[in-house]
Amino acid sequence: MATEILSGKVHVQTTINGEQVDFLAEPRESLLEVLRDHLGLTGAKEGCNNGNCGACNVVMDGALVNSCCVLSVEAAGASIETIEGVASPEGLHPLQQSFLENAALQCGVCTPGFIVAAKALLEENPNPTEYEVRWWLAGNLCRCTGYDKIVRAVLDAAERMRAEA
Amino acid sequence: MRAIQYAAPSTVEDAVAILAEHGSDARMLAGGTDLIVQVREDARDTGVFVDAKKIPELMELSVNADGSTTLGAAVPCHQLYNDAHFTATYPAVTDAARIIGSTGIQGRASVGGNLCNSGPAGDTIPPLIVHSAVCNIAGPDGERTVAVEDFCTAPGRNVLADGELLVSLTLPKPPAGSGSHYLRFIPRNEMDIAVVGAGAWLQLDGDTITAARTGLGAVAPTPLFVQAAGDALVGMTADEDAFAVAADIARDAATPIDDMRGTIAHRKQLSYVLTQRALRGAKARAQGGSPTNGH
Repeated sequence: MATEILSGKVHVQTTINGEQVDFLAEPRESLLEVLRDHLGLTGAKEGCNNGNCGACNVVMDGALVNSCCVLSVEAAGASIETIEGVASPEGLHPLQQSFLENAALQCGVCTPGFIVAAKALLEENPNPTEYEVRWWLAGNLCRCTGYDKIVRAVLDAAERMRAEA
Repeated sequence: MRAIQYAAPSTVEDAVAILAEHGSDARMLAGGTDLIVQVREDARDTGVFVDAKKIPELMELSVNADGSTTLGAAVPCHQLYNDAHFTATYPAVTDAARIIGSTGIQGRASVGGNLCNSGPAGDTIPPLIVHSAVCNIAGPDGERTVAVEDFCTAPGRNVLADGELLVSLTLPKPPAGSGSHYLRFIPRNEMDIAVVGAGAWLQLDGDTITAARTGLGAVAPTPLFVQAAGDALVGMTADEDAFAVAADIARDAATPIDDMRGTIAHRKQLSYVLTQRALRGAKARAQGGSPTNGH
């Protein structure tokens, strides 16, 4: 059977933070636009809209991605984790707590991306060196903090999470 | 972004049919880190996006009976450097996969997409050249293969005709006693486009070089296979004198332009220095060690 070529509004079924979600979107819309404009998940931010800044980071099928560089229709059948799924009903994630305590944010626009990216790092490498943290987060831009407090917050959270593990 | 159409075929045959029907208006979508941004910023006018990622052949990463590896055109970079066998076997390719964009880019961006984007500075292309990769292409007239060094034809252009797509790359099994390395110069530590990139592959018998290949990026309209540099090394002792001979040839082979990233003189000198360093790294790996000069 020939493959259908989709245009106009497309019905997409996906999973976001563990819940099945349906939405209608045009193929030209990005996953970021769907999250923010259709689904009200405004944690992921639009910074550069071209893959340079990481403010829109989400995890898609286990890989950290820039949601501005994913088409809405590519979310079909995928499993997506956003910043809204990081905290639990019991409280903040250790990374979120650590960002607060270490003053790792000022204006906060980059923060969701940093936390989603850092969480992906710590799930892969629970005991990163400072170099590994800086390398992993190189695609997340912050114009306020100078990065040092962010890196310290990630290392601090990693230590707490190892202690709790 | 302009309105687009989207198709997610599950077979190469269906993809070819869509590409053939829509001609130059259609383009394969792998990680989208180039294509989506180019269309959004009106740098490319593509009306039909053909998703590569539902086609098993384009997502394949497997070792063949003869020891060669099939690398599907849409396999993302992060999958390569998380694959211990691939990283150990084709280290220059994973050197590049680790430094393209950021972690978030590497979660989607593919080697095949980097090749089809055909930028002169594409980081994965010199590594593919030094590993003698072969491009497996499918189209309306069937399948054909092209040596990777012959794939790019000009900045942003390649041998793919309308209706054709890159299915996969075949990387031959490297012989025992061989190693490879890729590195680039950028003015910062990460997240940048190469001013110059250099890859090298060496096979050693004791201290003697028995085979060698080098490649350069960002110094010509296409990534370069500097065949004369590798040929000159054969039979020589793998030492600094030999590497200087090859690096001289690489500098002469480079025909860069002046642009915002660097001058002609700087790029010529970098072609020398980076070829030298890539050869040192390849030698270290051929002897079971690791490069010491970073990325």
